[in-house]
Amino acid sequence: MKFRSKIIDVGCLNHFTRVVNTVSKLTKSCVLRLTRDHVYFVLSGKVSTGGVSMWCELLQVNFFDEYQMEGVSADANEIFLEVTPENLSRALKTAQNAKSVKMKLTKKNCPCLTLAAELPSLSSVSRVVTHDIPVDVIPKRLWQDFREPQMPDFDVSIYLPPLKTMKSVVDRMKNLSNYLVMEANLKGEMNLKIETDLVSVTTHFKDLGNPPWGDDGSQTVSQSREDNLMAEVRVDIRKLQQFLTGQQVNPSKAMCNIVHKRILHLIFLHEDVSLQYFIPAVV
Amino acid sequence: MDCVATGGNVKVLAKAIHSLSRIGDELYLEPVEDGLALRSVNSSRSAFACFLLSPLFFQRYQTPSDQSFRCKMPIKSVQSVFKSLSSLERSVEKCRIQFNNEKSRLTITLHCKHGLLKTHNLSFQDCESLQAVFDKDSCANMLQAQSRLMVDTVLHFPPSLEEVNLSVSNDRVWLRNHIEEDADSSRAMMTELCLSSEEFDQFAVNTQTSITFCLKELRGLLVFAESSGLPISIYFDEPGSPVILSVTDSVLEANFVLATLSEDLHPKNHVNANTKHLQAEQTTDDFMCDDMDSVLIAMETSELPGPSHVPSSPPHNTNNRKHPASEDEEEEEALVERPPNKKFCSLFFGSVLPASSQLTNRTIQNQEVLASDSDNEDQTES
Repeated sequence: MKFRSKIIDVGCLNHFTRVVNTVSKLTKSCVLRLTRDHVYFVLSGKVSTGGVSMWCELLQVNFFDEYQMEGVSADANEIFLEVTPENLSRALKTAQNAKSVKMKLTKKNCPCLTLAAELPSLSSVSRVVTHDIPVDVIPKRLWQDFREPQMPDFDVSIYLPPLKTMKSVVDRMKNLSNYLVMEANLKGEMNLKIETDLVSVTTHFKDLGNPPWGDDGSQTVSQSREDNLMAEVRVDIRKLQQFLTGQQVNPSKAMCNIVHKRILHLIFLHEDVSLQYFIPAVV
Repeated sequence: MDCVATGGNVKVLAKAIHSLSRIGDELYLEPVEDGLALRSVNSSRSAFACFLLSPLFFQRYQTPSDQSFRCKMPIKSVQSVFKSLSSLERSVEKCRIQFNNEKSRLTITLHCKHGLLKTHNLSFQDCESLQAVFDKDSCANMLQAQSRLMVDTVLHFPPSLEEVNLSVSNDRVWLRNHIEEDADSSRAMMTELCLSSEEFDQFAVNTQTSITFCLKELRGLLVFAESSGLPISIYFDEPGSPVILSVTDSVLEANFVLATLSEDLHPKNHVNANTKHLQAEQTTDDFMCDDMDSVLIAMETSELPGPSHVPSSPPHNTNNRKHPASEDEEEEEALVERPPNKKFCSLFFGSVLPASSQLTNRTIQNQEVLASDSDNEDQTES
């Protein structure tokens, strides 16, 4: 099992850092999955994490100037590592003006993801800072727990309003309630609602547009759906806020899929990065 | 006592106070012939800091001729006088520190723009002179660097990190985070920074050594050094003897004396430490010259990591750069390794502390550095 990679381009480094920062804001621990073409950050919904799951997918060639990996075996050419994204984020933060950053899997006292940055210095010799981030290698028999989540058969899919606006609405609503109801229909309308014994607040968004999903099986449900009919989901407001606050990807496209009373599926797309976040509904 | 500082020196004075506030809770103030001494010591007495502002630093500097005056006061109250550095810079033209004999108060007067006068009367306690005994010139190693270099270096370590390990060889300096060897240590991120000797203004290493000291006080001095743009000098010896961080200028001198973690000074261990440096040097180079095969790792993952993947011996701070293969070395390591003495020695005041069992364990070396106790319990409350 080998992994070695290198980033030279500052833009790529910044971009990668932003993705890692976003992931680190969402979860304390996640799985880093390395394949020949992709790098994934995966959080699979467990009770301990409040049932949220995350799937972040990066196309390796768009970030790394060098990328070599050799998986567990030829037929399972992948590596699964459990990492603390906070550590990775901290390591990358100190490498912001690096001439090059290398990341590789090493065996120290424990398996480590070693990140070495070559920094500019006052002399002809570069400064080198190395961070050994302890990781757990996940055995192959557990890999199935970290497969890509099935795209749920959603009732409504809709583009999100500007994230800043949405964040400021959610931030204010959080002061009033612990739960938020998000509802949307196929006419491009979305509402954010809170209801407590004392107060009911609703923010209405319109003309958001509904993404045109291809003719895959998941569309059958919504095609027969009335345009006006709202699909709604009630979620823990902190989970939504965390996602809106933590994201540093500044996606070119942000959308969400709602499975009525079951799940809120948020999707951010930005060039080569896709970030999906699943928040389960609460009753 | 009557001292007047003007212009930019007010800010320097303020920075010095802020810097000292990182060390201890009390400010010891003593006007001497060489200048005004501002000192502080931390509660465990493992760190001591002294700023000596020479008479030339002040526009006016008068010390009481008859008797020696010295006092201590909570540093927070002095800090509040110099609270906002930006407003200090903008509006304060002159700062006067006076000893008011009648009221038994220390009066700090800030002369601001537009004739505004801010007077602070601070109560104080009498005290003994606070002085750590140290000798920079006797230290085997000295590094001098621009404060910018040290600031950039410290930035790589998380703010929560308490102790840092500094190792030197003939041409390089390594800084690593020091992690307590408890159960959690295997999960902690290890950070190491390697600096070439060329980056230092002065680089005098006579013994290759590795010391561990508190980062907090270094950060405290850096606050001062960076604002004044002065280079910072680091004097040190073997583990266990103090490290002295020093900033000097024609009109002021700042010395921070910090305890270092003492290690077993068994000669075998010492040799081992040196070989580790060499290894470290090599592997760092390996890393940068892309020799992938030299760092290959073979980890079977179809099963859970067995004991072979997680060495049962506690992770050792200095061997984390070790070449992954080479089992012989690992064995040797295990033989030599013994639980290190984790305690910082209270170096400076060793003579006045009650002789505890810990003290008797300590090497004579640590007890050479002495100072009189400054805490006199039956002093009069003013």
